[in-house]
Amino acid sequence: MAEMEVAIVGVEKRLWSGQANFVSARTVEGDIGLLPGHQPMIAALDEAGVVRIDPTDGEPFHAAVFGGFLSVTAESVTVLAELAELANEIDVAAARDELQRAEGGGDDHDDTAAAAARARARLRAAGENPDR
Amino acid sequence: MPASLRVLRRRIRSTKNIAQITKAMEMVAASRIAKAQARVQAARPYSDEFTHVLTTAAKAGANDHPLLEAREEPSRAGVLVVTSDRGLCGGYNANVLREAERVMRELSDDGKEPSLFVIGGKGVAYFRFRNREMSGQWTGFSEVPDYANAAHAADTLTACFLTGGDETVQRPSDDDGQGSGGSGEGSGEGSEGGSSRAASFVPPEDAEGLDGVDELHVVFTAFTSVASQSVTSRQIAPLVLEEEESGDEEQSSSDPEERQAEYEFEPEPEVLFDRLMPKYLRARVFAALLDAAASESAARQRAMKAATDNANDLVENLTREANQARQAQITQEISEIVGGANALAE
Repeated sequence: MAEMEVAIVGVEKRLWSGQANFVSARTVEGDIGLLPGHQPMIAALDEAGVVRIDPTDGEPFHAAVFGGFLSVTAESVTVLAELAELANEIDVAAARDELQRAEGGGDDHDDTAAAAARARARLRAAGENPDR
Repeated sequence: MPASLRVLRRRIRSTKNIAQITKAMEMVAASRIAKAQARVQAARPYSDEFTHVLTTAAKAGANDHPLLEAREEPSRAGVLVVTSDRGLCGGYNANVLREAERVMRELSDDGKEPSLFVIGGKGVAYFRFRNREMSGQWTGFSEVPDYANAAHAADTLTACFLTGGDETVQRPSDDDGQGSGGSGEGSGEGSEGGSSRAASFVPPEDAEGLDGVDELHVVFTAFTSVASQSVTSRQIAPLVLEEEESGDEEQSSSDPEERQAEYEFEPEPEVLFDRLMPKYLRARVFAALLDAAASESAARQRAMKAATDNANDLVENLTREANQARQAQITQEISEIVGGANALAE
């Protein structure tokens, strides 16, 4: 089966890299699924979103990605993000707390909306339902 | 007779104390270098990939964006100077400041008015003492910078850069979030480009009222190794496209020209670049801060090692002098006793 080189690169460090069969992400214009041999592209991702990667060897996993974008060539996909967290690094309880606090309202509307979006992305990446 | 024994002993004691302190600082700096160096290396993939993406995008024809195109007749240039917060690091700050002065002189000679942005307490003190106006100053994180610090400084720079040399930064008012905060002279686009830029980038509060700039330069100390750091000045905006060497292009094996021609952008290049630009400047400023932090620790380690060595030399010399003085004292006492005994014997 065809495979491609995938890397998630955060500002502070490279989070993950390896071979994968499939990557899905949400760009500012909608969800996108990437298979090996995709047309080269550069896309801006949602400010707070989830990226799914199906590695060649191993289980599919998710990562929460903030302020990121994608660079795709025929044989590689690179996710560049200001902040990124792999699903198994996410503290679900803390994210839930944060979501509750952010949605409980605050003085600064913009900030809390962004915080809520971040918490939601974290929960979705960790496989939790944010609305439960 | 040389200086009195008591005074010499006091000097030895205090010099030893100084040596202990400088030794401790040397060790702290040495452990910081290792950490800072690891951070520089860990952060490198991001900025490398970012530059690669921007270069590709620029070659694929998104050339009219202000980030990529030099403006005609630039009237003002921003200079970001990265210094340390604390002293005791040898010539580190002096070197950076000398280079900064040189860059600013050069810019003035080219008819561009330099606009100063300073990171680090030492740089701030230097320019304040000389009554030089600073457009922005940030302190308190020079040894262990994190991305939020870089983002804060970089966003101010972005705001100034997007505004352009002949105007001052305006923040969009609260009631219309779609204001023209980002658009300005030099963006060369209609109102549509302006509003999308404002949507993805809101200038930070402390940028309000600052003069815009047409170019951005950064002066910092690049870290090559523990033994070698060099003061570097770079233009970070508009982007100077670096010709990529074939060596670091791992991913594309076939002809790069052909590959780039078929690139797809989402959203369209202009909007995409508006979103990437603040992130790009943040990445560049962050990389500069990390380099500077590693260099600062290396400079401090060297300075403190020299100080410790000097203190130890001094202790050695003083100890010799003190021994001499003690011997002289004993000799004198003996000769006094002998003299006294002889006097009694007669």
